[in-house]
Amino acid sequence: MIQLKVKILYNRREKEDYYHLSLLAPKVAREALPGQFVNIWLGREDGAFLRRPFSIHRAKEGQLHILYKVVGRGTELLSQRKAGETLDIIGPLGHGFDYQLSATNYQLPILVGGGIGVAPLTFLAERLACCLRPAARIKPLVLIGAKNKKQILCAQEFRALGCQVKTATDDGSSGFKGRVTDLFSYLLSTFLNYKLSTIYACGPRPMLKELASVCGKYNIPAQISLEEHMACGINACLGCVVETKNGYSRVCKEGPVFAADDIIWR
Amino acid sequence: MKPNLSVSIGRLKLKNPVLVSSGTFGYGREFAEFLDLRELGAIVTKTITLRPRQGNPPPRTCETPAGMLNSIGLENPGIEVFIEKNLPSLLKMGAPVIVSISAESDPTEFAALAKKLDRIAGVKALELNISCPNLKRTKLIAQDAAESFQAVKLVRRNTDKPIITKLSPNVTDISAIALSAQKAGSDAVSLVNTFLGMGIDVEKRMPRVSTVTAGLSGPAIRPIAVRMVWEVYQKINIPIIGMGGIMDLSSALEFIIAGATAVSVGTANFINPATTIEIIRGLKQYLIRNKIKEIRSLIGSLHVQG
Ligand SMILES: Cc1cc2nc3c(=O)[nH]c(=O)nc-3n(C[C@H](O)[C@H](O)[C@H](O)COP(=O)(O)OP(=O)(O)OC[C@H]3O[C@@H](n4cnc5c(N)ncnc54)[C@H](O)[C@@H]3O)c2cc1C
Ligand SMILES: Cc1cc2nc3c(=O)[nH]c(=O)nc-3n(C[C@H](O)[C@H](O)[C@H](O)COP(=O)(O)O)c2cc1C
Ligand code: FES
Repeated sequence: MIQLKVKILYNRREKEDYYHLSLLAPKVAREALPGQFVNIWLGREDGAFLRRPFSIHRAKEGQLHILYKVVGRGTELLSQRKAGETLDIIGPLGHGFDYQLSATNYQLPILVGGGIGVAPLTFLAERLACCLRPAARIKPLVLIGAKNKKQILCAQEFRALGCQVKTATDDGSSGFKGRVTDLFSYLLSTFLNYKLSTIYACGPRPMLKELASVCGKYNIPAQISLEEHMACGINACLGCVVETKNGYSRVCKEGPVFAADDIIWR
Repeated sequence: MKPNLSVSIGRLKLKNPVLVSSGTFGYGREFAEFLDLRELGAIVTKTITLRPRQGNPPPRTCETPAGMLNSIGLENPGIEVFIEKNLPSLLKMGAPVIVSISAESDPTEFAALAKKLDRIAGVKALELNISCPNLKRTKLIAQDAAESFQAVKLVRRNTDKPIITKLSPNVTDISAIALSAQKAGSDAVSLVNTFLGMGIDVEKRMPRVSTVTAGLSGPAIRPIAVRMVWEVYQKINIPIIGMGGIMDLSSALEFIIAGATAVSVGTANFINPATTIEIIRGLKQYLIRNKIKEIRSLIGSLHVQG
């Protein structure tokens, strides 16, 4: 991890409240692993005092990409930053997805993203695309959930990376009508051959909790990316803990990616 | 001219007056990637207790205007594991190490902690945290002059190392507590610990930190902290380590001019891990610019008219 000032290449609205930020950060992009995050300083005591953590959405050709949703003051300030300006970032941080097994075995990786939770999964798909054995013709399966069709993120990107994509929306405006976890359960109970599969997921806490319970039932290993409020992101404040079977773990250090069956859900 | 930044806290000589505060610097290792730890005046460790503590349930932190609330609950591995596992690597990092200690329920735990640390040559001083707001106690030791006196006395009997007593701002008259620490043999006082505060998520109508109340830190508390340093400076003659919302050179200088011999950087480490180094460089330039030879002559140098 390093702290550095990087240049904004672009920062544009993707759709709705979602923005795509691209940074010129060769060093961080080279080191970054799927599931890791960066901590961005917005430099404002009034309203965005602490840094804000964001998953690495893609990292290639010296560029670091962030996909974010405007939800409050910090993300609003971020959305106002312009190309050519600089941002102070720290990264890459945390422990990401362990995808080596998916990369070397003939097994189907299943990626499940809810809302903005698809952000880190794209990076994972990018890395899987590079290392899956082409001869095996394995196409990672990506399940994307959102409120409605307009909020479905990155479907094209995943397809371009050679994944098969299925969507679920609350109102049925795209794909399966219902929650992405319902789509997942439905697939498991019908034709999906999940033997030897690993699930990689990111999204809201209730979705991950539900997913963990389904995976537990079918005995499928799942890795999930969790969020907790972070004051430092660098393992200094001990603030960002989640309860695991071995006591409290820090999301910024042992996480954000955890084995789903290690988490004690409340 | 090469300005002299060195200061003394009792018998402890520091090459510059910039420390990092307890609970905001991990055990040092994380920060080695961002700065040269040897440049620091000293490192104060996370508070250590006799037994391991797993800390409070999440959420433990939230942001507030120009600050943050925390309720970590003194998560630490306990003194035995700390001495065996964390301390050796910390000592190798090249900055003087001050170990912060606290009793959980019984003040005599302070004596046991002091005894264990007294034997370790690398530990340069002890900071007595009698002011953590995140323990399930109705009253802090630092909210009572007599109890504060007793706690310091207990440690004094068990160590020759310099003692720094860390005071709580959650009191009516902080200088009264500072005075009793001085009387009991404390070599210095550090102030302030966090202010007891609270934040509410109005949509959920739930506290934003699990323990409901939590400790407020950051620039939001700085003016009160500076005022407290100034008040205490009038009353005692042992050194003061000032802290509370120091983010940069000018905020560090405020504390020194108000009467602090040294300053300590806390929350700012989370945002800019190199804050301390920038302050140390800035202090040198400030002294040169103002033709001041020694930082010591700045301490309490506030000009008050009338
Ligand atoms: C490891 C990790 C990865 C993340 N990745 C992404 C991502 O790729 N894209 C994305 O849009 N969002 C991501 N988030 C969430 C993002 O950090 C928050 O949305 C952002 O901090 C909100 O800031 P705000 O000032 O706009 O909102 P606020 O008004 O401050 O808060 C809105 C919500 O964000 C949470 N939040 C605020 N500050 C922090 C903080 N310092 N740490 C954690 N949570 C906070 C609050 O608890 C609240 O629920 C991630 C969070 C974590 C912990
Ligand atoms: C996350 C966090 C953890 C802290 N833990 C401790 C602690 O263990 N012991 C202690 O004496 N003070 C602790 N403090 C208080 C700081 O050392 C410091 O006194 C206070 O934060 C004010 O300084 P600041 O505004 O520069 O942060 C903690 C503060 C924060 C923000
Ligand atoms: S955010 Fe500070 S330890 Fe994780």
